[in-house]
Amino acid sequence: MNTVTQNEGKPVSSQPANPERSLVSPNVNIIETTDGYILEAEMPGVAREGLEVSLEDNVLTIVGRRQPDPSAKLLHRESNPVDYRRVFELDPAIETGKINAQMEQGILTLTLPKTEKIKPRRIAVN
Amino acid sequence: MTLTRWQRPDFWGLAPLRRVTNLRDEVDNLFNLAFGHFLDVRPENGHGSQSLEGWFPAVDVYEEKDSLLVKAELPGLKKEDISISLDNGNLTLSGERKQEEKRQDAGVYHSERWVGRFHRTVSLPFRVDAEKIKASYNEGVLTVTLPKAEDAKPKQIPISVK
Repeated sequence: MNTVTQNEGKPVSSQPANPERSLVSPNVNIIETTDGYILEAEMPGVAREGLEVSLEDNVLTIVGRRQPDPSAKLLHRESNPVDYRRVFELDPAIETGKINAQMEQGILTLTLPKTEKIKPRRIAVN
Repeated sequence: MTLTRWQRPDFWGLAPLRRVTNLRDEVDNLFNLAFGHFLDVRPENGHGSQSLEGWFPAVDVYEEKDSLLVKAELPGLKKEDISISLDNGNLTLSGERKQEEKRQDAGVYHSERWVGRFHRTVSLPFRVDAEKIKASYNEGVLTVTLPKAEDAKPKQIPISVK
């Protein structure tokens, strides 16, 4: 069984490139500012090509596939031969059309701005 | 204020528990400490004593035909934050992940990533050519390639017969 399905039977994630690899949840920091949210997901070993960020309705899915292990003789292993996946249900105040994603040194940074009308505004009084 | 709702992916009946993963790493290291390892990959905090606290980046070691490959998972650093040193057959990787500057208007919602110093030492199983060591840092993984010293490479010894 290679696909994960949600309630309506629509697949949320495509099948893993490496079926032997299990999927774990990457560590994530979330900061909320007046303008929106900043989400940082830690996925070492994942290059831009291995990254998949998708949005369906209000559900954000992040999938990161790590580079394959070196084909040399293994002497000592501590890292897990896993890929990363995490799903978030987004605050409806987020303007999904303006979500921005950057990937640097294994950290995916997503900027999720809130819609204008939610931000506190001053109202001028005539 | 609306809250972002969290969903842990729950598939194949197994919910990934990252805290359990960290605990397993710690238990593995307890075993390494207790039974020893011909290839000693030790955690050390700044005081040089064995410690399981703080950031414990995963280190993998591979042997290629002519070199040793040491890979450490260190996401989110700049290469200036990492230092690599070789001393007496021990390779030490250390550095610090600094806390990002506090933003005036920010409230931290959820924090799972490690911050702080890390310090790992790998005791090398054979002699290496210190002049030819190379290191690269990509996708948050530091890869150190240590070529074997000439006398550490396997050699054919010719036999003379009178």
